[in-house]
Amino acid sequence: MAQTTEAPVAPPPRADERVGRKSPLARLLARPEAGAIAGAIIIYVFFFIIAPPFRNASSFSSVLYVTSTYGLMATPVALLMIGGEFDLSAGVAVTSSALCASLFSYEFTTVAWVGVLVALALSLLIGFINGWIVVKTGIPSFLVTLGMFFMLQGINIALTQTITNQVASPDISTLQGFNSAREVFSASWTIGGVNIRTSVIYWIVFVIIATWILLRTRIGNWIFSAGGNPASARAVGVPVGKVKIGLFMAVGFMAWFTGMHTLFLFNTIQSGQGVGNEFVYIIAAVVGGCLLTGGYGSAVGAAIGALIFGMVNQGIVYAGWNPDWFQFFVGALLLGAILLNTYIRRRAEAAI
Amino acid sequence: MSTPSEAQAGRHRADGTATANGGNGAALVKLIDVGKRYGAVIALHDINLEVSAGEVTCVLGDNGAGKSTLIKIIAGLHQPSSGTYEVDGTPVHFTSPREALERGIATVYQDLAVVALMPVWRNFFLGNEVGGRARMDIPGMKRMCKDELLAMGIDLRDVEQPIGTLSGGERQCVAISRAVHFGAKVLILDEPTAALGVKQSGVVLKYIIQARERGLGVIFITHNPHHAYPVGDRFLLLNRGASIGNYEKSQVTRDELTGLMAGGAELEQLSHELEGAGGTAAEIGRSMEEDVEELGISAQPDAGTDAAKATRQEGSSSP
Repeated sequence: MAQTTEAPVAPPPRADERVGRKSPLARLLARPEAGAIAGAIIIYVFFFIIAPPFRNASSFSSVLYVTSTYGLMATPVALLMIGGEFDLSAGVAVTSSALCASLFSYEFTTVAWVGVLVALALSLLIGFINGWIVVKTGIPSFLVTLGMFFMLQGINIALTQTITNQVASPDISTLQGFNSAREVFSASWTIGGVNIRTSVIYWIVFVIIATWILLRTRIGNWIFSAGGNPASARAVGVPVGKVKIGLFMAVGFMAWFTGMHTLFLFNTIQSGQGVGNEFVYIIAAVVGGCLLTGGYGSAVGAAIGALIFGMVNQGIVYAGWNPDWFQFFVGALLLGAILLNTYIRRRAEAAI
Repeated sequence: MSTPSEAQAGRHRADGTATANGGNGAALVKLIDVGKRYGAVIALHDINLEVSAGEVTCVLGDNGAGKSTLIKIIAGLHQPSSGTYEVDGTPVHFTSPREALERGIATVYQDLAVVALMPVWRNFFLGNEVGGRARMDIPGMKRMCKDELLAMGIDLRDVEQPIGTLSGGERQCVAISRAVHFGAKVLILDEPTAALGVKQSGVVLKYIIQARERGLGVIFITHNPHHAYPVGDRFLLLNRGASIGNYEKSQVTRDELTGLMAGGAELEQLSHELEGAGGTAAEIGRSMEEDVEELGISAQPDAGTDAAKATRQEGSSSP
């Protein structure tokens, strides 16, 4: 009974002889996005050297544009992954949302914005259903969203075929409200000869918002804990189920946003597109340092992962290579990034 | 890990911290004849348990004795199938751990205590974040976390480090001090020393005593009588879902506790079986029987024995 809790005199802070100081470099390397930053620099330098057109500012703006179309989705996918879940339906969900908006407003000849709102409701619903099934049944999200992926893919193609007798949605550029919607979702400006699309700005804004949520709000704390140790999080009162459903709905929201961007840029949507993109989002998140098992990662990392993807995508073209090689490079990149990430993380952990 | 020396601890005492108040008034938590069934399986059977402010009640039992079911009932994860659960003298029906937490009943699980990849301060405030919805008070939380841990004698270099980098004992202590910080009146500790070495266990036991000194009721679940006896005021022994003894500290010695834990009756039965086998086994059996007699546990000294036997027979008849 000699001990009590209050300590009027703090025990002298004595450095533990078993731990050394961590250097600033080691601290930087311990960040989840460290590997992605290193990879992005290497790839930038690589294409900078071998592909002269890559050096132009206008080329880089198109790299950024391609990046943003993937980065918009990679952001919520990264959050979802940190929260411990996957969404394999994310790629086709973008197409579903765009098809829904265009077919609805075209068939019912409404203002384009009505279709936009219906599509938003649909996308959030898809996200909710994914999340709800995962949370209520405990079935791995890999399987649940794989099922959703095939269902959406089937609906996309079959419904479009039934309604329009074609493989693409009709051109909606004549609809009322189309121009204002395009201004919102797919505008572009030319500044100093460089074309900048709004999607790039939106992407950066969403990455900042996602980072803020992750690091500065209680929701972020809950996301990390839901992925890191859901049972433990539940035990201290974190609403793990709600967090996960919310994350699936965030993916749905961004699928809607990306879908609207594509729709109002091209006026029409191919019903079969989007397949395979879900892997690009996941690759961007993983390259950006998100752990496949959840509980670790960052939105900035996923953004850099998307940037790597965008640079390779455009760099191959600028280098004058056959674009058929692109997928090989993406695969090699993923493998390389994972190896680099693992190596850096081990080193950083050893340096703690 | 910095452990305040005895001298320092002595000085701390002088500032008049809350001391044990010996459980005045109604018990903080009281279970009366509580049972739990999962379908046809009887997980718990007529359990009585009580913990008052400034008291440590130890729940002892081997694997499968029903300890985890008991914790889950107290923590609000499960509802009892029978019996009464009282908090501060009024019956309660918790449907979630959140409700139990709101009544000041906090549980620290052995394996569920923390999220290893998250920084110490994030773990500390997980589920109880300070600050607005759009922005947490991060510097404030880091400071509070550091101060609270320092008060418990854990001097961390950096509360930003992942909690997985701390030792097992330190992690348990962070979880305990977190529960204390958030106003727990009753602490349920699920095998906090099970995975720890001798020294680490000592640190955790010290915090159990500190929590008691602060006037908290502690329910300490363990299978180690050597950890339970020094800190406990009451001891509830479980075996196969039933109580095989409920003692005040004055009613039982450490050796008796150890003997009961080892399962006196079962040891006896085992010794008979070994004797029947003949040869060396019989010799071992005889010496075991002597041990059992020496420990004075062959005839079990308290109520609950019949129930225990009944459950045991039930258990052994099933395949």
